[in-house]
Amino acid sequence: MGATLRSVNYLSVFQRLTQLLLLLPIAAGLLGAFFPAFGYFPEIGGNQLNIDVFRELLKQPALPHSVRLTIFSGITATLISLCFALALAAMFSQVEYSSQSKLKFNRLFLMMRRGLIPLIAVPHAAMALGLVFLIAPSGWLIRWVSFSLMGWDTPPELISVQDPLGLSLIFGLVLKETPYLLLMILAALPQIRAAEYLRIGQSLGYGAFRSWLKLILPQVYPLIRLPVFAVLAFSLSVVDVSLILGPTTPPTLSVLILRWLDNPDLSMRFFASAGAILLLGITLGSLLFWRIAEWFVLNKFRKWLTNGKRGSDNEAATAVFVSGFFLITTAFLSLLALAFWSLSLRWPYPHVLPQTWTFRNWERHWNSLQETAMTTLEVGILTVVLALILVVACLENEQWRRARFSIRSEWLLYLPLLIPQATFLLGVQILAVRFELDGTFLLLVWSHLLFVLPYVFLTLADPWRKLDRRYPIIAQCLGASPLQILFRVKLPLLLKPLLVAAAIGFAVSVAQYLPTIFAGGGRFSTLTTEAVSYAAGADRRVIGVYGFLQALFPWLALLLALSVPRWLYRNRADLS
Amino acid sequence: MKLSSVLHTSFKKYNLAKLSQILILQLIILYLIPFSAFATSWQEIKKQGKGQTVYWNAWGGSEEINAYINWVGSRVKEEYGVTLKHVKLASTADAVSRVLAEKAAGRTNNGSVDLIWINGENFAKMKENGLLFGPFTKQLPNFKLVDFAGKPTTLLDFHIAVDGYEAPWGMAKFNFVYNSARVTATPDSIPQLLKWAKSNSGRFSYPHVSDFLGSTFLMQALMELADNPQDLGEAVKSDAHFSKVSAPLWSFLEQLHPYLWRKGKSFPASSSVQKQMLNDSELDIALSFNPSATSAAIANGTLPESARTFVLKKGTIGNTHFVAIPFNSGSSQAAMLVADFLMSPEAQMKKQNPKIWGDSTVLSVAKLSAADQQKFKNLPLGVATLPPEKLGPTLPNPHPDWKNRLDAEWERRYGQ
Repeated sequence: MGATLRSVNYLSVFQRLTQLLLLLPIAAGLLGAFFPAFGYFPEIGGNQLNIDVFRELLKQPALPHSVRLTIFSGITATLISLCFALALAAMFSQVEYSSQSKLKFNRLFLMMRRGLIPLIAVPHAAMALGLVFLIAPSGWLIRWVSFSLMGWDTPPELISVQDPLGLSLIFGLVLKETPYLLLMILAALPQIRAAEYLRIGQSLGYGAFRSWLKLILPQVYPLIRLPVFAVLAFSLSVVDVSLILGPTTPPTLSVLILRWLDNPDLSMRFFASAGAILLLGITLGSLLFWRIAEWFVLNKFRKWLTNGKRGSDNEAATAVFVSGFFLITTAFLSLLALAFWSLSLRWPYPHVLPQTWTFRNWERHWNSLQETAMTTLEVGILTVVLALILVVACLENEQWRRARFSIRSEWLLYLPLLIPQATFLLGVQILAVRFELDGTFLLLVWSHLLFVLPYVFLTLADPWRKLDRRYPIIAQCLGASPLQILFRVKLPLLLKPLLVAAAIGFAVSVAQYLPTIFAGGGRFSTLTTEAVSYAAGADRRVIGVYGFLQALFPWLALLLALSVPRWLYRNRADLS
Repeated sequence: MKLSSVLHTSFKKYNLAKLSQILILQLIILYLIPFSAFATSWQEIKKQGKGQTVYWNAWGGSEEINAYINWVGSRVKEEYGVTLKHVKLASTADAVSRVLAEKAAGRTNNGSVDLIWINGENFAKMKENGLLFGPFTKQLPNFKLVDFAGKPTTLLDFHIAVDGYEAPWGMAKFNFVYNSARVTATPDSIPQLLKWAKSNSGRFSYPHVSDFLGSTFLMQALMELADNPQDLGEAVKSDAHFSKVSAPLWSFLEQLHPYLWRKGKSFPASSSVQKQMLNDSELDIALSFNPSATSAAIANGTLPESARTFVLKKGTIGNTHFVAIPFNSGSSQAAMLVADFLMSPEAQMKKQNPKIWGDSTVLSVAKLSAADQQKFKNLPLGVATLPPEKLGPTLPNPHPDWKNRLDAEWERRYGQ
């Protein structure tokens, strides 16, 4: 036993290393944002610390409206995504766990589940661009109607995208965040033995949906709180989706920050930094607000949880089915539209299909695609492997040494997800240049790790912590060393969450734009950097090519993550 | 330096304050002459540049332009043994940001950016903050082929003296694109445009002023509407001066906005988006900054075959776009070789071809060899491109001060 315990001592090194790897750039990034926000940036003439920048910032005419829009769209999108994800998860787990269910939608639900999950892999920007083409006044839906019925020769004057309230922006976010939250919920369900609770609920006469809400939701929510917070922070600070779907007068705060950063007038960078600090404040405030709201909701519904009312809930099932169907159809039509664009030469309004079809868009980019795809793959895989090693070591450390990450240090891990990327990365860049690391592969991987690691941790921590403690204890009693326990007990048991975490991490890496640009120093081009620079040209045909490939890679990774355990454990019913 | 100080003092006697823009340009040209002696060192530059890699940071939103840059890469490899890598940017500010970060970190050589596609304010700010290498253009052999007299903006970029810190690459001129299948009579002045908009409600818009084309539209309108357009050539004198001079623009916009796309409550996010909207028939008239781009876009399939262009009879704003080398480039010699190649008749001719890109040359065709002149003459014009004689007068960009003020005032009035 003594030797065993000593051999896990080295684990604490990993925890320190992980913290250092994340905190170093974060500290640099924060300083890089804080100093200019308070007027200090000697290279562009700011020599003194003061709060003039904030004073000026608050005078910006677009600011109040922009802040309101940011908060409204961020919180609404998160709330709707969460509701959709919970309802869908309720239906899915119901279908999965009750073989004898009378639900008429069973098969359809299973098909829907298979369709929804891969949507996680589709990059936000690609989905948003497809969605714009789908719902715009000159978009696909209108073209069908106008071509066949209405005979419009010009598109109707609808405000269906970039509406002033940000509804289309919210819609775009919901399309992407619902599948992510859904996957998080489904991954957490086995940890709380959802199947057994559902059976008990139903045997006591509660409908399937109702028993999910009453028995599973209160248990599962704490497990997915962090992913929900990540979604909230992301929705508040997202840039690409707001650029594509959000209003322009004024835009969300994140786009305003980007406009200031893009402004040739370098003194606008003070505003950008101050805006980023403000956005950080808004994000933290919204998280706090959400936490308080949780408490209110809990208090309000506590009685409902135990009121004992039974009843069937076929209406709920229908409603959920309709909304799920609606989401999935929209998402797939958006992607299909992109695929059609990638094969078109000319596709003007009001043609329902491209006027001229071509393979030219693919041929043209084929050569550069190979190199770009290789870089994307290399960075993604290396980052994910590093992230997995670090995360597993940290989790092992906390279990063996009972040195659970304090709440504070765990939150530090999520900081990269909470701070607006643009300004945060400027500080990182200055540090990197100082240490002659910029433009190196090492820094590129490191910068991706900043965003991949939190997601991997987020995905893996709860399954890891919830793993039945008795398995490792039994193994230990049988004389297994910590390493043996890890490789022969834990990893096989946790293979599925491990691979799902890897796939999500890979998808996060593939989607990184700003880190690749800032850390890569223009030396590395990935599918995403190409896609975003082509998106600036608004040519849907090229966007179609890159958007499709950008989605394909993570999609394959996820497919692999879901099918490998199924194949490996095909003869172990409870694991596959 | 001697020459310049002599000239400077002699001009002072003749009251420098009243010198016209042309005179200043001539001064700059005179200033350049003594440096032709540098021709010998061009060999030296070629020798040093061989084998270097140039990371060219350029906007990467257009397939045609990217393909052209790719071709430039293969040619400079053949010609000079220089490896050219196109770093595709979504915004030039990304590169400026990077150079700034390097300066902040004290990196004075081996910077990550070797060449930037740039002009106007980005150039002004980089020059002002000492982020540029140079002056270098006088060392480039092809620089003397540039049409300084006919294209004064090759030396004065938005009223900022270029001073050899950026090499001219192409010419831009504000124009309108329209769908001839839907528009028969095109307006030829700003008041006519308003009239057209009133009778075709919702079919015209201009990009948000955060896009250069949006703010150019404001300047274009003001130049035609202002009582004294000369005021715009100098910095804004006071707030009162600004309000007085810009008043006609705001009253024009007040009248125009209710008839714009979405009643002027929302604007296309960028010029690229606006072009896509023309293709989608959401607009009938859009803006462009390259008179041949429409032909190129038709050929490429991004605009309908019925797209055509028009200009305003009193003239439209024109300017030049350039390439510049950051102060800390480790491949400045190779970057100069590339900048020189970009100004070569071969490269300029290819660029002007609307089937390739359709970007007008900065060269004076008269200065070229007879064979090259003929080749330039033989270039196709493109189906939607106006011949030079119909392009109307070219107006200089107002002073950058006006752009900033107009953008800010527009934001205050319509940006919320």
